[in-house]
Amino acid sequence: MTPTATLEPETVFTPPALPIPTSAVTLTINGTPQTLQIAPWTTLLDALREYLDLTGTKKGCDHGQCGACTVLVNGKRINSCLTLAIMQEGAQITTIEGIAQTNTDAPNGLHPLQKAFIEHDAFQCGYCTPGQICSAVGLMNEGKAKSTADIRELMSGNICRCGAYTNIVDAIEDVMNQNPA
Amino acid sequence: MSAPIINNTIGKPISRVDGVDKVTGKAKYAAEFSVPDLAHGVVVSSAIAKGKIKKIDTGDALSLAGVLQIFTYENRPKLAWFDISYKDQDAPPGSPFRPLHNATIKYSGQPIALVVAETFELARYAASLVRVEYEEAAHETDLEANLHKGRKPKHGVADLLKPPPPKPRGDFEKAFADAPVTMNGRYVHAAEHHNPMEMFATTVVYETNDRLTIYDKTQGVTNSILYVSQVFNIPFKNLRVISPYIGGGFGSGLRPQYQLFMGVMAARELKRSVRVSLTRQQMFTFGHRPATVQNVALGALPDGTMNALYHDAMAETSQFEDYTEVVVNWGGMVYPTENVTLDYKLVPLDVYSPLDMRAPGGVTGMHALEVAMDELAYNLGMDPLQLRLKNYTDQDHNEKRPYSSKELRECFRQGAERFGWGSRNPEPRSMRKEHNLIGWGMATGIWEANQMPARAEAVLMVNGKLRVSSATADIGTGTYTIMTQIAADTLGMPIGDVMFKLGDTDMPIAPISGGSWTAATIGTAVQAACQAVGKTLLKLAKKMPGSPFKGAKWEDVDFANKQMRLKRDPSTTVSLQTLVDQNGGKAVREITGSMPNALKLKNYTRSTHSAVFVEVMVDEELGTVKVTRAVTAVAAGRILNPKTARSQILGGMVWGISKSLHEESVLDHTFGRFMNHNLAEYHVSVNADIHDLDVIFVDEHDEIVNPLGIKGLGEIGIVGMPAAVANAIFHATGKRVRDLPITLDKLL
Repeated sequence: MTPTATLEPETVFTPPALPIPTSAVTLTINGTPQTLQIAPWTTLLDALREYLDLTGTKKGCDHGQCGACTVLVNGKRINSCLTLAIMQEGAQITTIEGIAQTNTDAPNGLHPLQKAFIEHDAFQCGYCTPGQICSAVGLMNEGKAKSTADIRELMSGNICRCGAYTNIVDAIEDVMNQNPA
Repeated sequence: MSAPIINNTIGKPISRVDGVDKVTGKAKYAAEFSVPDLAHGVVVSSAIAKGKIKKIDTGDALSLAGVLQIFTYENRPKLAWFDISYKDQDAPPGSPFRPLHNATIKYSGQPIALVVAETFELARYAASLVRVEYEEAAHETDLEANLHKGRKPKHGVADLLKPPPPKPRGDFEKAFADAPVTMNGRYVHAAEHHNPMEMFATTVVYETNDRLTIYDKTQGVTNSILYVSQVFNIPFKNLRVISPYIGGGFGSGLRPQYQLFMGVMAARELKRSVRVSLTRQQMFTFGHRPATVQNVALGALPDGTMNALYHDAMAETSQFEDYTEVVVNWGGMVYPTENVTLDYKLVPLDVYSPLDMRAPGGVTGMHALEVAMDELAYNLGMDPLQLRLKNYTDQDHNEKRPYSSKELRECFRQGAERFGWGSRNPEPRSMRKEHNLIGWGMATGIWEANQMPARAEAVLMVNGKLRVSSATADIGTGTYTIMTQIAADTLGMPIGDVMFKLGDTDMPIAPISGGSWTAATIGTAVQAACQAVGKTLLKLAKKMPGSPFKGAKWEDVDFANKQMRLKRDPSTTVSLQTLVDQNGGKAVREITGSMPNALKLKNYTRSTHSAVFVEVMVDEELGTVKVTRAVTAVAAGRILNPKTARSQILGGMVWGISKSLHEESVLDHTFGRFMNHNLAEYHVSVNADIHDLDVIFVDEHDEIVNPLGIKGLGEIGIVGMPAAVANAIFHATGKRVRDLPITLDKLL
């Protein structure tokens, strides 16, 4: 939300001048439980980036419109800007920093998708890339994509402004062909 | 026997050297540098487009524990007085916008306050409590309603890179009146916003003695440091700007954006490190591609020879700066028409100054011109490709000089062959698949091939590895990778032994990264710096006892396999490690500058060219358009890395599709505000919108443009696409849509 100063001051309520309330939140991220003391309205995305220095997860809109903040929660892809950190207690959260360790035969410490993204030049500026890769892992976990057109459709929640889409699809297909469902 | 050259990397599809950092999340962008005791700033934006702030009440926000300060025009520090201090390297003529300068509101979304708090969550909440009373004034944001205010742009240094239209040649009016075949049309496109994926952000690290280290999202750290130094009167020695990665630029980072100002101001006043990130909505509150209205009229003889060309453009600018772009000049460059009149005017509106956005002006003007060419071809009953070939030229008729190289004819040939253009039935609505109409269209693209002055450093370290640096940027273009290749090849080293660094004002100076000039500019500087190291190595070689290099000149040696060799006897070698060992335990370090060879270049126009072929499928009932396949054949001099180069062109093609079909910043003139200021309502192409894209690089040898023969690829991929898409839609539907984007309502 962009704060736009209101035109009608009299309609705004006066907030209490109290210290900002915080809660203890324990998140299991890439297999490691970590406890944070944060405002309850802190998003999972901001918890990762601002409080845990896990900046691989990107903020591109903060509104669930771009997919840059995609992470895996219990193996399912979600927009981490659209969930509060406190809602994810007890869940297994996987970010780009932990994606390689989810794959047992990761070559050179990279997930096959990470390797394929490099090989196919499936990114340019790199900002949407962690979200694209987490989303592609989620897509493969879902097992619904049966064709190139399916991959395009099911990856359309992740905007790549550099326009690497064709290479992204090539990279994902490459990995899916290595591990047919 | 000469040793085999195992490390000739230029021209090879090397994967990005920064790839691992980008796929693992290790690549750090401006908002991602971890700093202890960091405060967070959130910007408050104006709700009106024009007027004054009557009252700004920060009391409730300030009363929250943890809110550190709220900066407004009323309490901001004293800043530089003269406009010149606020002029950055991409500033158009005029008076640059100054954040928090006074109570005046010049455009909707103008930053009017910065709330700084202990946490981001608190700053964001507090920002929502800032209350502002305005005195509104009538605003004008509608280009079409204000065309009568069009006037010539003011002149300034920007003219050097963006020349005004040339004087008319011949007599257009007479030639057009006499021409047996003519067309004329009016072409309108909306404003667009760059919307790189990363939102603008600056992390300012406050250090002792008022020293600041600034992580900024910018397409040029030099531009940022100059701006901060001048505006805040801080000596360079107390400033360092760092930007190793930028999450997309497309021109948006060519000027310092206001979060840089805000972050520096807050850090200095609070004596604390501060981060300011803009929101996606605020990404619509600075520069944009200007809305533009164009008229084109063409006249031709029955055989297709064009003898009359008129092209005018009216573009919006702000009330405080005259942003210009080259919109109408291209026709005079691409076609050898004898009677040409070109005109370009600006309409000042109550908006922020427009800003260069991928192929600024080029994609705008070539859209209108190349749709007009298609219309002329139909009026002539001539194949659109044949019309272009009929009016082909190797001369730039605006400047009356030849192109340094121009393989556009070969682009047409190879592109048409790959696409299958030869089997096209020219009749509109002649191809159909179920309820879809299919159409084929083509267009020409052109962009300039510039080189700027720059400096680079090369260091052959005592461990025999090479470290090269320049304060340039890699905005996703592949600068890290291609500079590594150039350095490696210049000194005959493997890629793995070369490290290229960029984006730091402690490095040798480089210009902003834009205009497709980075490869040529920094490439030339990197090559020169590495050659300087090579020359020092030759001196060291000559000093070695019994050296076979005694008497050898620079021209007599080359480098391969981590060795220096005598060209006439390649078996005479000395390893670079041996040479650096002769340097008294020190690295061999050279910093050099490079400049375009103005004397040589002034006799030639340097351009990249493309031929674009597009197939669309239009749902006849729904009006939805899919670009099902597209071929772009590009002539852009030497291709350093076909993998990253192809990605550059693919990206440009996606931008072209996005511009043709989706992108439009919609102004509500009642409020004077861009209403679709988010990524759900400002449509850009997503994965499902993009189908088969094919890129051909046509061989083009150019010894004039620069020593490496590089022309740059950042813009040329987009330039021809919108016209090719529009022309394909005409072929599919028989409807000539001259405005962009071609949304379904325009086809129903």
